[in-house]
Amino acid sequence: MTEPIVNDLTIQAATVNGSGSQTANLVLTRAIFHMGIPVAPKNVFPSNIEGLPTWYQLRITPEGHMARSDKVDILIAFNVATWREDLKTVRPGGVVIHEEAFATADARTDVSYYAVPFAKLAKSKIQSDTLRKQLANMIYVGVVAGLLGIPWEAVEHGVKRQFLAKPKAVPVNLDAIKVGYDYWQDNFSKQDPYRLEPMTGVVEGKVLVEGNQAAALGALMGGVTVVAWYPITPSSSLCEYLIAYADRFRVDPKTGEKMISVVQAEDELAAVGMAIGAGWAGARAMTSTSGPGISLMAEFSGLAYYAEVPVVIIYFQRIGPSTGLPTRTSQADLGFVYTLSHGDTKHLVLLPGTVAECYEFARDAFDHADRFQTPVFVLSDLDLGMNLWMTPEFQYPEKNFDRGKVLSKDDLERLAGEWARYRDVDGDGVTYRTLPGTDHPAAGYFTRGSGHDEMARYTEGADAYARNMDRLARKLETARHALPPPLVDESGQKVGLIAFGSTHAAVVEAREAISVDYMRVRALPLSDDVAAFVARHEQVYVVEQNRDGQLYDLVRLALPPDLVERMRSIRHYNGQPIPAAAIIEPLQAREAVPA
Amino acid sequence: MSTTVNRVGLPRDAYKGAATTLCAGCGHNSITNHMIKALYELGVEPHLLAKMSGIGCSSKTPAYFVESAHGFNGVHGRMPALTTGAHLANRQLIMLGVSGDGDTASIGLGQFMHMIRRNLDCTYIIEDNGTYGLTKGQLSATADLGSMQKKGAVNTFQPIDPCAVALALGCSFVARSFSGDGKQVVPLIKAAIAHRGTAVLDIISPCVTFNDHDGSTKSYSWVKDHEESIADVSFIPFFEEVHVDYEPGTVRDVRLHDGSHIVLKKLGEDHDPTDRRAAIRVIEEGRAEGHLVTGLLYVDTEMDDFATTERIPDRPLKDLGEDELRLSRDDFAQFMSEFA
Repeated sequence: MTEPIVNDLTIQAATVNGSGSQTANLVLTRAIFHMGIPVAPKNVFPSNIEGLPTWYQLRITPEGHMARSDKVDILIAFNVATWREDLKTVRPGGVVIHEEAFATADARTDVSYYAVPFAKLAKSKIQSDTLRKQLANMIYVGVVAGLLGIPWEAVEHGVKRQFLAKPKAVPVNLDAIKVGYDYWQDNFSKQDPYRLEPMTGVVEGKVLVEGNQAAALGALMGGVTVVAWYPITPSSSLCEYLIAYADRFRVDPKTGEKMISVVQAEDELAAVGMAIGAGWAGARAMTSTSGPGISLMAEFSGLAYYAEVPVVIIYFQRIGPSTGLPTRTSQADLGFVYTLSHGDTKHLVLLPGTVAECYEFARDAFDHADRFQTPVFVLSDLDLGMNLWMTPEFQYPEKNFDRGKVLSKDDLERLAGEWARYRDVDGDGVTYRTLPGTDHPAAGYFTRGSGHDEMARYTEGADAYARNMDRLARKLETARHALPPPLVDESGQKVGLIAFGSTHAAVVEAREAISVDYMRVRALPLSDDVAAFVARHEQVYVVEQNRDGQLYDLVRLALPPDLVERMRSIRHYNGQPIPAAAIIEPLQAREAVPA
Repeated sequence: MSTTVNRVGLPRDAYKGAATTLCAGCGHNSITNHMIKALYELGVEPHLLAKMSGIGCSSKTPAYFVESAHGFNGVHGRMPALTTGAHLANRQLIMLGVSGDGDTASIGLGQFMHMIRRNLDCTYIIEDNGTYGLTKGQLSATADLGSMQKKGAVNTFQPIDPCAVALALGCSFVARSFSGDGKQVVPLIKAAIAHRGTAVLDIISPCVTFNDHDGSTKSYSWVKDHEESIADVSFIPFFEEVHVDYEPGTVRDVRLHDGSHIVLKKLGEDHDPTDRRAAIRVIEEGRAEGHLVTGLLYVDTEMDDFATTERIPDRPLKDLGEDELRLSRDDFAQFMSEFA
């Protein structure tokens, strides 16, 4: 037998959607995490309620790599429809746990097989007819626990943690896992090198959080009070988490009244319209959407930009165009969101690259929106939003809300009513507003998406229009310097990488194999730091998950002409989260990058 | 010289707005004047009024009354969404929406219907002229079957009747009127504002430039000749005493949520404004007989409005601060630990 491989393997469970396999996968994940072993789960699921194939990848590395791996060490083949294809993904020397009934004649000979009669075991050992289908998945958890040496105590923890809200479900699930665990002990001897052993040093102080949970918590901590949404994958779970958290933390126990309103709107047009109406009236308001939903929000986004109404739009990129692959990830809406709507519209876009940033940026987006009186987009994606990520616990905010330039009744009295809604008093492009309900005769003004002068009066005047657009550009320039700056990690290498969002995980891992400097962009409009970073490198690769190199284009536009030719582009766009190999291979092929 | 003021100490002029830019003789200008009268007489405090609109000739009119109030002229057909959000942010505001027939019955039909379905507390006035004035006279979805465009084209499609749609959806206040009938429009506007819930008021408002010719069923002369009021409407606000000096059996009295009363004096056949099926029948019969039935068609004073259903506090959500909105440090720490 070869050298043992400890805590460094990727498990792929190939199952049937809607069969309850996700629960089994999460139990396994939590059991392994409980051993102190870093985990990085990726759920690849179809746009379907039940019946289509689904895959769950659980990557385990001692370093805590978070990116997807394109190499499978252990395949759990539970879906007869895909099993021949699934078999091809296993690396030579890998392991295949499969339903005994699947035919293995003429199958690969360079992998180890463990054939388990899952169907028979489920029929004979699981008493409950109603739960048999779900619990059958738990049997493979037991087999994997036996195969990899996961202590029973860790398995118990995983089950208890997964059924935190349903403790009654714990024994029946443990029983099912025991069936698989015992089957392993009774029938197999270890033929493969893979082992899991408890470890310390990486996961301490860390938690497992989905980006959507993080963003929902961020929005609550940012003080959101009006949320309007329309269900669409992968953004729906954000609002559903928000509803659950609000039921827990935002209900007055004495009166039952809610300190938040969450409206399921009739479509995305209405959802963003409601959020903008609420932002106009002074509430911290948001919507959340994905894919086609953002196209429907284009007109209203332009209104909020031009009429200068604060609103937060948390947006999840998925694969397009059109309906595309609704449950697969992408970074292909950066350019579209940045200038969403007709006319000279340009937005503030925050680009979280970790779940901690999903929390922070969702929270701080409300400050940016109020401060700059404009839509603020938090551009997440399916990978970041719907997968569990290992993260340090989030920080409690120390700053109070920044509600921006709002004139109160007292302010208006002090000014003797002398103010103008769109007059740039401070020279930063950001003007003062009043809220409806302000009890002063000079408070009211007319908000409109048509041409307006400093006093908010209707005008089609050429000068007034151009003056206003110039001021909006000035406001954007002010905001540019207030948004999260790029993060840079460099050590004087000749080659640099630029990335944003969930691509971060793959870049971190790639940099262990190749020596390159790294800048992670965290907001649009781009910081001046980007050009400075390019100037310090001979070549700079922009890595992103779209076909046309959208960030690559934006970076080139931001550079002085002599730096443009230094730019290179690496693009990954098949709907699967980018693996490190997709960065390492092209870099090694095209550049003399020191290993 | 003393100026007459209303109950909040404001003269009538305080309810005026910028000069209209609509055509001379436009029905919408009459409605603006009715609005000014109604708001002045009700003593609405301008700072609590939120004037909302979509896009079109009608949607320009909020600029022409109560200049000191906040207004929001949004995007075409989406006024209900903006109104919903603003109301949720601050329940103290009086939401007054002005829309048109294109804004309501075509591009905005979905939002119009969903606003009604939620019973959002707002007044929704449709300045209904059956034509797209601002884009020079195309037919709209409220144009009657067989009615003619100015250049002679005949409408071949069934009309969408906003009142019938509203009734079908269980709207809690449905009325129709005519811009030239101030005696009826003014008390209906007041009642719509006093009503807690969605109040739809479809006001036929002739377009003098594109739809005031023979062959149109939205012209001044057609409406004058065919209007059939189901009852004389008067409105007694909560701050005035009710004087009933009608003969018994000749009036119906509807008490609204804020203590105001709508007093309906019978004209001809008795219509019960709390009977939704009767309201639908009255509209259908009027249409079959070639009449435009006007007046208060239906009112339900019991239905909870949206914010009440959603358990939103009376205190504006916009005024809540960190103390009430953020999790406490202990709750936050506990919550984070649950992800371990």
